[in-house]
Amino acid sequence: MVTLPPGAGTGPLLDVRGLRTYFPVRGGLLHRVVAQVRAVDDVSFTLDQGTTLGLVGESGCGKSTLGRTVLRLRPATAGQILFDGTDLARLSPRELEPWRRRMQLVFQDPYASLSPRRTVGQTLREPLDHHGIGTPTSRRDRVAELLDVVGLSPAVLDRYPHEFSGGQRQRVGIARALAVDPDLIVADEPVSALDVSVQSQVLNLIRRLQVERGIAFLFISHDLAVVQHVSDQVGVMYLGRLVELGPARRVYSTPRHPYTQALLAAVPRVEGSPADRVLLQGEVPSPLRPPPGCAFHARCPRVMEVCRHEAPVLKDVDGPGAGHRVACHLY
Amino acid sequence: MAAAPPVLRVRNLTVEFATDAGIVRAVDDVSFDVAGDETVALVGESGCGKTVTGLSLLRLVPEPPGRYAGGSIELAGRDLLALPGEALPAIRGRDVAMIFQEPMTALNPVFTIGTQMADVLRQHRGLSRSKARAEAAAMLAAVNIPDPDRRLDDYPHQLSGGMRQRVMIAMALSCRPRLLVADEPTTALDVTTQAQVLAEFRRLQQEFRTAVILVTHDLGVVAETCTRAIVMYCGSIVESGPTAELFRHPRHPYTRGLLESVPRVRAERLPELPVIPGRVPDPGRLPAGCRFADRCSRVQSRCRDARPPLQPVGAGVPVSVACFNPW
Repeated sequence: MVTLPPGAGTGPLLDVRGLRTYFPVRGGLLHRVVAQVRAVDDVSFTLDQGTTLGLVGESGCGKSTLGRTVLRLRPATAGQILFDGTDLARLSPRELEPWRRRMQLVFQDPYASLSPRRTVGQTLREPLDHHGIGTPTSRRDRVAELLDVVGLSPAVLDRYPHEFSGGQRQRVGIARALAVDPDLIVADEPVSALDVSVQSQVLNLIRRLQVERGIAFLFISHDLAVVQHVSDQVGVMYLGRLVELGPARRVYSTPRHPYTQALLAAVPRVEGSPADRVLLQGEVPSPLRPPPGCAFHARCPRVMEVCRHEAPVLKDVDGPGAGHRVACHLY
Repeated sequence: MAAAPPVLRVRNLTVEFATDAGIVRAVDDVSFDVAGDETVALVGESGCGKTVTGLSLLRLVPEPPGRYAGGSIELAGRDLLALPGEALPAIRGRDVAMIFQEPMTALNPVFTIGTQMADVLRQHRGLSRSKARAEAAAMLAAVNIPDPDRRLDDYPHQLSGGMRQRVMIAMALSCRPRLLVADEPTTALDVTTQAQVLAEFRRLQQEFRTAVILVTHDLGVVAETCTRAIVMYCGSIVESGPTAELFRHPRHPYTRGLLESVPRVRAERLPELPVIPGRVPDPGRLPAGCRFADRCSRVQSRCRDARPPLQPVGAGVPVSVACFNPW
């Protein structure tokens, strides 16, 4: 494995190959490992600089674990996380440190992720101090610039998180992520806690950052409409696996996997839903006991015999150039 | 307008809370009716007063810090706000029931589903132990819970979120209440489970003929579930009317802004999502005139001087709007 110096990569910014994150389940008297939860199971995708991959799926599908594993906030059980050509999965915590600057995380609940005892100014300055970015005086200017980018007035510098609304707090969370000028931001449900009228303001801000600053996003959300608005590519996860991956335009206009189709049909629509929509039966099975074969087969309206014993792999539909891949025996 | 007579008649409801910053009016002079066969949405963003209005219908607002500062809530001819506190337990559950967003906090973790359901039935309908258990199983079957007899012996933690919410619906409907208040009943559920529970909700509303008030922030859920919608902003109603008409032709600039800014799955993604500028004003510092004036694209000088009253738009359209310059 050749390790390239930072910035020398010529391929995609992020190239994830065969990534697995398993959690041991302990039980019994001796607290032995009795089972493994395959939270992320053989996931591969690439992400180019300045583009966004939206990850959708229901609770427990592994999308958040995938995001955290990519950032090495959780250890990978197997697979490669090639960030600008370097496999992060193989680095020690010390070797990882310089890479941390280039990757940031934005959380769902900005209130829980901001220290209540620090002013906004202190919160934004902390990553600059930690990574030794700029001189002490230039850091003050940098903080003011960050506030401006996310649409907050410099007057808020000396305020504490509790003095802000949810939308403003999320802007602070985004500003903190931007402080180190990252190449990649993993945003985990960044607008789910916000009210509708504020949600769209923050989504527009994220779109603007993609375009103006060339930041790549791994955007994780359960909300298909939100994901459509920010994503170039979309990945749909079910029980730890990617079941569909492709350009957002294609996945939304011609979803191929029956799960993606059902997910899209289930979204309550302001204009009302078609009367003939198919409702999925049952619920997501426990990741502790995933069904054999295709994990979706027990709920699938188009299940076939092969689905019960053979797990489908991702393959190209609409030809190899379209980049639209589906893990389903129908194709 | 619905033909059935109103089951619920709310008049000039005003609820205040004592806070460190002084008295805050969470619900300000709210009036509406709900007929026996209706599903009505109370819709708005956080802090608009929809949840406090919903809680008031069972007189569940904690006093103090809350206080019913005025108005009346007539349920089947009786004013809940005028009743002595001792009379309330007999009404809650029997005449009006409530479902909450997170069923795990509403169910008692140390009792089985069957025990909790039977308690309600024995209390309100005077059923014997065995009859109550049989009725509980029948209600679980009515909300499409497979294997209801066995589920009765389950504890709440043994059920999935969607199943727990079905149990709550079964429990709430088991005493055949005249009115069911559901506060964000599907918000904590996944989208495919939400679709199942909402379909169940619609079917049961038809079957049991219970009037339903659905408190929600989700306009998609409103469109699919409710016959009529009441839009709230800063403690007051800004617009109300049949859902289809309201969504086809929103007249209040806030309703319109809300509908436009909802992220929705579209044929083509927009370069920029429409937004409502600014933010909801602090409840302690509300503007003197229309409370939406600072965010409104159609604001006029009179909007800052006086509050527009909620008035029918006329011309035979069953919509009311609180706006001097509606669309």
